[in-house]
Amino acid sequence: MPRLLTPIVLSLITIGLVSCGKSTEPSSASPGTLTVLIGASNPMTGPQAHLGKDNENGTRMAIEDANAQGLTIGGQKVKFELVSEDDSADPKTGTIVAQKFADQKVSGVIGHLNSGTTIPASRIYSEAGIPQISPSATNPKYTHQGFKTAFRVIPNDTQQGGELGRYVASKIGAKTVAVMDDSTQYGQGLANQFEEAAKAAGVTVLTHEHTDDKATDFQAILTNIKAKKPDIIFYGGMDAQSGPMMKQIRSLGIQAKFLTGDGGCSTEFLTLAGAAGEGAYCSLPGMPIEKMPKGEDFKKRFNAKYGEIQDYSPYCYDAVMVMIDAMKRADSTVPSKYLPELAKSNYDGVTAHISFDENGDLKGGVITVYKLLSGKWVPQDTLGGKP
Amino acid sequence: MKSKVWLGLLSLALIIALPFGTDLILGRSWVRLLDFALLYAMLALGLNIVVGYAGLLDLGYVAFYAVGAYLYAMLASPHLGMHWPLWALLPMGALVAASFGALLGAPTLGLRGDYLAIVTMGFGEIIRIFLRNLNVTNGPAGIDLIDPIQIGGFSFGANHSLLGWDLPGIYSYYFLFIILTALIILISHRLSDSRIGRAWSAIREDEIAAKSSGLNTRHLKLMAFAMGAAFGGVSGVLFAGFQGFISPESFTMGESIMILCMVVLGGMGHISGVIMGAILLAILPEAFRPLSQFQQATFGHVWLDPANLRMLMFAIALIVVMIIRPEGLWPSPVHRRELHANDSEAGSSQKAAL
Amino acid sequence: MDIFLQQVINGLVQGSLYALVALGYTMVYGIIELVNFAHGEVVMVGALVGLSVIERMAARGDTGWGVIAIGVLVAIPSCMALGLGIERIAYRPLRKAPRLAPLISAIGVSIALQQLAALIWGRNYLHYPDVLANPQFHIGGAVITQVQLVILGITGILMLGTWVIVQKTALGRAMRASAQNPSVAGLMGVNVDRIIASTFLMGSGLAAVAGVLVGTYYGVGNHTMGFMLGLKAFTAAVLGGIGSLWGAMLGGLLLGVIENLGAGYLSSLTNGAIGSNYSDVLAFLMLIGVLIFRPSGLMGERGSEKV
Repeated sequence: MPRLLTPIVLSLITIGLVSCGKSTEPSSASPGTLTVLIGASNPMTGPQAHLGKDNENGTRMAIEDANAQGLTIGGQKVKFELVSEDDSADPKTGTIVAQKFADQKVSGVIGHLNSGTTIPASRIYSEAGIPQISPSATNPKYTHQGFKTAFRVIPNDTQQGGELGRYVASKIGAKTVAVMDDSTQYGQGLANQFEEAAKAAGVTVLTHEHTDDKATDFQAILTNIKAKKPDIIFYGGMDAQSGPMMKQIRSLGIQAKFLTGDGGCSTEFLTLAGAAGEGAYCSLPGMPIEKMPKGEDFKKRFNAKYGEIQDYSPYCYDAVMVMIDAMKRADSTVPSKYLPELAKSNYDGVTAHISFDENGDLKGGVITVYKLLSGKWVPQDTLGGKP
Repeated sequence: MKSKVWLGLLSLALIIALPFGTDLILGRSWVRLLDFALLYAMLALGLNIVVGYAGLLDLGYVAFYAVGAYLYAMLASPHLGMHWPLWALLPMGALVAASFGALLGAPTLGLRGDYLAIVTMGFGEIIRIFLRNLNVTNGPAGIDLIDPIQIGGFSFGANHSLLGWDLPGIYSYYFLFIILTALIILISHRLSDSRIGRAWSAIREDEIAAKSSGLNTRHLKLMAFAMGAAFGGVSGVLFAGFQGFISPESFTMGESIMILCMVVLGGMGHISGVIMGAILLAILPEAFRPLSQFQQATFGHVWLDPANLRMLMFAIALIVVMIIRPEGLWPSPVHRRELHANDSEAGSSQKAAL
Repeated sequence: MDIFLQQVINGLVQGSLYALVALGYTMVYGIIELVNFAHGEVVMVGALVGLSVIERMAARGDTGWGVIAIGVLVAIPSCMALGLGIERIAYRPLRKAPRLAPLISAIGVSIALQQLAALIWGRNYLHYPDVLANPQFHIGGAVITQVQLVILGITGILMLGTWVIVQKTALGRAMRASAQNPSVAGLMGVNVDRIIASTFLMGSGLAAVAGVLVGTYYGVGNHTMGFMLGLKAFTAAVLGGIGSLWGAMLGGLLLGVIENLGAGYLSSLTNGAIGSNYSDVLAFLMLIGVLIFRPSGLMGERGSEKV
């Protein structure tokens, strides 16, 4: 019988822990104040944890800003509260987190970071009627499943890759390009769209190579590319790879220019690539943050609070603000009431002017190309966006 | 005899009541977690045949899970425009996964212990790389809008109601998974008591002796791989229908390791132990989620990042359990005896020199 | 031809890093037949400890190989302490346990170290400061950098050093004796516990050097960097014949070169049907092929099967 003891004790501990968590309801709301829960789900462990934390910071700052305004919605003072969960970038955990948000009756969700977690979770939010705005999932499928609750505040891969493909031909004047990606939904999706658009614009695609989102050694592929002598190398993937890659490109003596998407358009790229990064191009959705009316202020306050912006925190900030703006217009924090208003959004964010098309995609999303000049990303051109 | 019947009825009632109770006390996310725990129980039982019964260390088991899942996803979604029914796809998933199992088994029969482990790991990675790069699997973007599981006119994905109680899809899936888990338990149980099961334990304990007493170890090992893989394929089919979207990132090496942990932590070769290991390890990471609130309540401040702390606690739990109970939490009585009888000669085996 | 040469050079450098890590796997395996899954994480800790030191010094304006050397000198004792601690806490209590039990506790240690490192160093990918001028040399159209040369050199020296310790010293003899038969070695007056501990010390020290070299070479460090590296090194150890020192070296170099040539030539050999994305498939198929014909790896001892 004592053999059975350990399992029983363990189960009891588990149940104890769980119910202890369950009983901690959102508190500290003074009487008469309505507490509105906003869920945020990002990978906080694993290789993308740094981006997950950045997203959480952006979301948290927006919620604090909104609370500082002392909003009254539906005749009641409102206090927003962030519920942040770790989905480990794992699709299965993503659905459990989504179900948890549905149980907690959150009024809206900002997330998830990856397309792989965003898509399966969106089905649960749709069933529960909870509006979801992804700040960073770029897989076109996400908003094309027929769910009314799915939105994003970032252009999808088709939009971004297409613009960049044309840009390489028209502005950079490249005749030949070598394409690389990290074999993820995001990286490969972007690279494929880029390749298609570049070909259509008359650029010769010499090769399309694939690496891994966990790789650090790209020299085999780069050596191959070196032999083909492209004018420019395009990489679809994240900064954690493109930074070291940039170094290896230069140390192999490759002279080609370098262009990458939003995943590499970060401060992290600057530090990782070091001096080798000079002259690299990258693109970010939206207007240059300095050019947006509220952008400069956002950047200053974010830096003071959390340090450098990694990547998507401004989009998280916008996502929260768009959601709250819809609540204000609907004069309700009830999802079914403010969802129609959210679809009709027309809001000036820190990254772009935000309105959604019938699928929930960002309408007329613009993309800004930056160039790394003396250690800083300097805005070059703003592409796309038919008003 | 009578008390046994009552005990059986009682546990049946408990199993039926479990999702309702869980929903009432803990919420629906825990019902969903129960569903996943059952999927893992099926996977762990499948791996248990390979590792626990036949003693073959397999680090790429998730490949069979992936095969089942992709089979269902491709043949029951708009991706290829095919919508086959479950009654055809479930046995097909088992069959295709089993042939993959035999395919893996065939060239590796001569390998022992850790060499086998690394080869199976390589096999798992090869499958994942193909899934990530082939067109027919839609590459890294994965397959979406997969049909929910349907039997006759009953869709498991839809909401139903019973006696005024609202029954969302996660309930229907729970009962489907319970039935299939029970079936897999039954097969596992019959296998372990059969001639084949005894032959497998003979191979596990001493392959050379087994061979010299006339057992066809080749066939037996292949059979273990195929049987284990079939269960993996079945759970894969169910996973794809349940989740509605699959992509290669659900079938990583880490997942294989987790399933192996379930088998070993629960108690290799012992059905009840393995199921307990699966349920425990599926639930633990979620059970540690409230840690941030706990920190907040105790210290008034979140000192350590809750997400990292959660996985840290999980890891410590793994280590502590193994140290306290190296045979697993709930080892089979027979297996236990075998292990302790071995104590005297443990370590006296010859090893490769440095 | 210059491209081929370049691929081989890069492969050898990458392979020698695998080999350094593989040594740790192979030594521990040789003596207690345990796949030390946490070894990759020890490498990661070495890299990050080294990074902290090098960063401090770089901030003061120090440059050159001396800075890297000091980073290594701090990383080695840290990793040794860590390796010793892991052995004491997670493996020693399980020495008589069923053989899969220590494997699971090793996986636990691996996850725990990753999370601890994330708590200490944060989640960001950290930049290894550029303290080296890193001049390049040209050989027949291919480029080799100073860092690459140093990595090759250090790996060679450490391999030789390890071999001398294992083959020529009293400690090494005790190690080999314990590997052959711990109980008899114990009867002969060998303190088996101490021998196992010193094996972990040596393996962890090598891991520390590998960690700092990996960081310096690729210029990046992160709490998840050890996992894949560990798996690759383990693969290399098995390819060469786990338990064999020269096997680890050979396996590492071979794996590095195969990976590079695979990524470089698969696509042109198959006319674009199969690209660089399949280079890992090639590496694993190669491994399976080798093991089918030599079930104990390239340099592994044959006929050591327990009867």
